[in-house]
Amino acid sequence: MTEKAEDRKPLLSKKIDRFFTGLADAWNFVRRFFKEVFVPPYEFKEVIHQCYRIGVESLPLISLTGFIVGIVFTNQSRPSLSEFGATSWLPSLISIAVVRAMGPLVTALIAAGKVGSSIGAEIGSMKVTEQIDAMEVSATNPFNFLVVTRVIATTLMIPLLVMYTDFVALMGSFLSVSANEKVSLTTFFVQVFESISFLDIISSVLKSILFGFTIGIVGCYKGYNSSKGTEGVGRAANAAVVMAMFLIFIEELLVLQIVNAIRAF
Amino acid sequence: MEEKVVEIRGLEKSFGDLDVLKGVDLDLHKGENLVVLGKSGSGKSVLIKIMVGLLKQDTGSMNVLGKEVSTLSTRELNALRLRIGFSFQNSALYDSMTVRENMEFPLVRNIKNLTKKEITMKIEGLLDSVGLPQSINQMPSELSGGQKKRIGVARTLILEPEIMLYDEPTAGLDPITCGEINSLITQVREEYNTSSIVITHDLTCAKDTGDRMAVLLDGQFDAVGTFEEVFPHAEDKRIKSFYDYNFINS
Repeated sequence: MTEKAEDRKPLLSKKIDRFFTGLADAWNFVRRFFKEVFVPPYEFKEVIHQCYRIGVESLPLISLTGFIVGIVFTNQSRPSLSEFGATSWLPSLISIAVVRAMGPLVTALIAAGKVGSSIGAEIGSMKVTEQIDAMEVSATNPFNFLVVTRVIATTLMIPLLVMYTDFVALMGSFLSVSANEKVSLTTFFVQVFESISFLDIISSVLKSILFGFTIGIVGCYKGYNSSKGTEGVGRAANAAVVMAMFLIFIEELLVLQIVNAIRAF
Repeated sequence: MEEKVVEIRGLEKSFGDLDVLKGVDLDLHKGENLVVLGKSGSGKSVLIKIMVGLLKQDTGSMNVLGKEVSTLSTRELNALRLRIGFSFQNSALYDSMTVRENMEFPLVRNIKNLTKKEITMKIEGLLDSVGLPQSINQMPSELSGGQKKRIGVARTLILEPEIMLYDEPTAGLDPITCGEINSLITQVREEYNTSSIVITHDLTCAKDTGDRMAVLLDGQFDAVGTFEEVFPHAEDKRIKSFYDYNFINS
């Protein structure tokens, strides 16, 4: 073995060690959430406050994005369908794409960027300025007040935002379709609902709940474990977004496999 | 003999290879203001963080108000924490809340059945006593460093603690505001009948607020006594340089 390879060995082993320690830490954090979510005191007021921040304050961004996604996807799909003379299938195609995949995925990715980073930065800055310690020494459970409330709020609000995004994207799509073809809103939505099944809606909602939980727990975990001053806060916010997005794609893939298996069964 | 509210024996704490506290012994008596001095990184803050259970010692005993801190359950530790006020170095005000909400936060979570009127009266009374009644609806970002410190102290006093712990109360403040904070520490002892530990490396603060000084050097208390006993005629070079820097060079 060369000298260089020898030098690298401890570094690699350190990295592996750090990876598994991080994994165990994250697992313990998730376990702690499920343990503390049922333990009083219940911070209802803070949950509502967080729901407002996460849900209502995300509406403008989600509306704009959803609307654009609907228009763009419709415009991109039209040439391919018109080659086969099947532009009348556009509402069906769009509804399946939006409800099954694009609505949840686009909403979750935007929320990971907006909400996940803000949770990571907020809790991270509270950590480095000793605000979390201040809660602890005043006999208040900071995990309950900061983590449990935010994770509940994201888990509740992301599915609602997804439904809203689906609706706005379909409206955008209708606008695009009606600009080129003669179709009424009723006909458009009849076609939309005929194309999607109960399984599509249920899987979309369940997936959104999972995405919401992921965004909340990752943001809180990264913020709660931040260190090294303001640099650490920036890192926590960044890591919250990257990690949440990565996990959302993995979850999307897994849920898709499960739903396809159910569909085949 | 005066009643001891804090009794520390053989306390040791390390972070990795770094030994911070190496067998510390110290007592705090009821009604006393004890000043703990030492260089930055000497373990002063670690000592008071162990006192409230934010950190755990490696070995030794930390007895606070008759309870051995390291053996307490979470519920018992929280009950003890209600009897201790901790004023943080950077005030640690919750920056997403107004001054009123900052002060309400520990109160409504720990004392049940208080009416809105009682809560407001308590908050206004405390803000009056720290000289900032007008700041009740301000956000922490709108306050100066000295005002933040005062509100931080008021927030800890709202639970009527028996022991006050001040972590670097005058750090980063101008001399006039330092003097105001020193007066506030003395005023708190007189009005609220507290025993206090003041962590600082500011000898003016120590002289103004402390009944006894304890100098933490190399992980142990090197000199404990009144200001006159410890400082002006110190033979230990490290303590002497501490005194010279504060009272001659500054």
